[in-house]
Amino acid sequence: MEYELVIGLETHVQLNTCTKMWCGCANEYGSDSNTNVCPVCLGLPGVLPVLNEAALRKTALTGFLLNCSVPGYAKWDRKNYFYPDNPKNYQLTQLDFPSTVDGYVNFESLGGIVKVRINRAHLEEDVGKSFHFADYSGIDFNRAGVPLLEIVTEPDINSAEMAYDYLNALKNILEYGAVSDCDMEKGQVRCDVNISVRPKSQSKLGEKVEIKNMNSFSGIRRAITYEFKRQVEVLEKGGTLVQETRRWDDDAGVTDSMRTKEDAHDYRYFPDPDLMPYRPSDEWLSAIREGVVELPLDRKMRMMSQHKIPQESADVFVREPLLGDYFEQAVKGVKNSRSVANWVINNLQAKLVESGTTIDGLTFSPAAIGELVELVESGKISGKIAQEVFNEMFKSGVSPLGIIESKGLSQVSDTVQLKAFCEEVIVANPASVDDFRDGKEAALNFLKGQVMKISRGKANPKMVDDLLREMLVD
Amino acid sequence: MEIDISRLVKLARIELKPEEELRLAPQLGEVLGYVDKLKELNVDDVEPTAHASPLSNVLRKDELADSLCRDDVLRNAPESSNGLFVVPKIVE
Repeated sequence: MEYELVIGLETHVQLNTCTKMWCGCANEYGSDSNTNVCPVCLGLPGVLPVLNEAALRKTALTGFLLNCSVPGYAKWDRKNYFYPDNPKNYQLTQLDFPSTVDGYVNFESLGGIVKVRINRAHLEEDVGKSFHFADYSGIDFNRAGVPLLEIVTEPDINSAEMAYDYLNALKNILEYGAVSDCDMEKGQVRCDVNISVRPKSQSKLGEKVEIKNMNSFSGIRRAITYEFKRQVEVLEKGGTLVQETRRWDDDAGVTDSMRTKEDAHDYRYFPDPDLMPYRPSDEWLSAIREGVVELPLDRKMRMMSQHKIPQESADVFVREPLLGDYFEQAVKGVKNSRSVANWVINNLQAKLVESGTTIDGLTFSPAAIGELVELVESGKISGKIAQEVFNEMFKSGVSPLGIIESKGLSQVSDTVQLKAFCEEVIVANPASVDDFRDGKEAALNFLKGQVMKISRGKANPKMVDDLLREMLVD
Repeated sequence: MEIDISRLVKLARIELKPEEELRLAPQLGEVLGYVDKLKELNVDDVEPTAHASPLSNVLRKDELADSLCRDDVLRNAPESSNGLFVVPKIVE
């Protein structure tokens, strides 16, 4: 029998605010343990949490980037459970009135563009971090109270690959919106995977298995592949699946059961009495709307159609937004946009890496790249000389035209002068001349190389080729 | 009102002796029954609200404030080590 996968993802993303969600402690990774902590983070009696406006703003912006709507009323609830990293014995979250709802993400997957619906993106707080030792555990509350956005999809994902592509697309969008740094190493993105299988012909969903707290996209892809196989095997053997929570063991490459439905948590949610609801005003929302940036996929499509550049180039500019911005500056008014793209991707990028500089540190303007391309296009300099000019430009910041003039690098396209070069080479290399006349094409390349050499690379290669052929036939 | 006292005990992570459960269950039931009286009120014309106070949009700016010094943070901890709160080993 054929089975299909049904997957929904809950992705937790730390917002990159300066301070925590309810208090002015730093939202900062890597500080000494328990130094970004105050009575609010610790949940001491009598404290009063107050909402961080920036966290609300970044949440609404994320909502817009994910095509969600932002309801006129949002409130906070207490989700009650006991765990040592949860100082208040409840987590503040949004149960029934979340900050953003009903969106979708379009992204590239499986050779096309697919859509995954977003049920909601709501705001909650992160918990502390546990460290495990031989006979005790230790808790650091620096992370407790850091604003955490939970982005919940509808069960629209049907393969491990699609889940992987969704997560990468989501991360890309959040980075574009600058709402989160999305640093996986620092645990800023974590994911719960809800997964079930069913026979292809069946419309009713299978029993849902939740895999908790995954922190790598490739791990998630492997876990889904594993779970699909495991669940299908159970069904094939005539067994039944139970609703349960499982844990992914990345080293062993397996999932194992943490708890089943019988001992599922009962969170006893209720509205938080300390936190007032939030009603976004129209002005507040329209100010945020102005911060909505072009999404990665839209940018790619636009770049391909507007600049007529190949998909591979557009992909680079989407992955490296600053390089893409630079390209868009450089290409202004230049006909051969592909060539500009190649210069930016191949030469500029390589040089930046090689010299350890960033785009901000460049001493020449993007227009200089465009100018360089135009100089090659018009035959003023050869591609080889352009390389030399570029290196010089990178060093000194002088414009291409300036470099060419000061160094006398203009391409020689004067027939009389070129003929003289060719004549000299023909006289000096009789053996190669004979070879060519005997039909050895390679001999011409050698002669051409000699001409380029005595012209110090300035001879117009196309014209040299034509001239040599003409002169050798005689 | 009936109370599932053993479930409540489990959720609250407390231990009760059987005689305590027998005594507390009806008492808690009475409390709930008392609160239940509110259901008799006609609230058709009352807008649902999470708060008695009419406030909303109580916000603060995203500005740093002082945290506690670590000695103070850990002062009430029954045990601490290397700047961490020490708790029984967590296994889940």
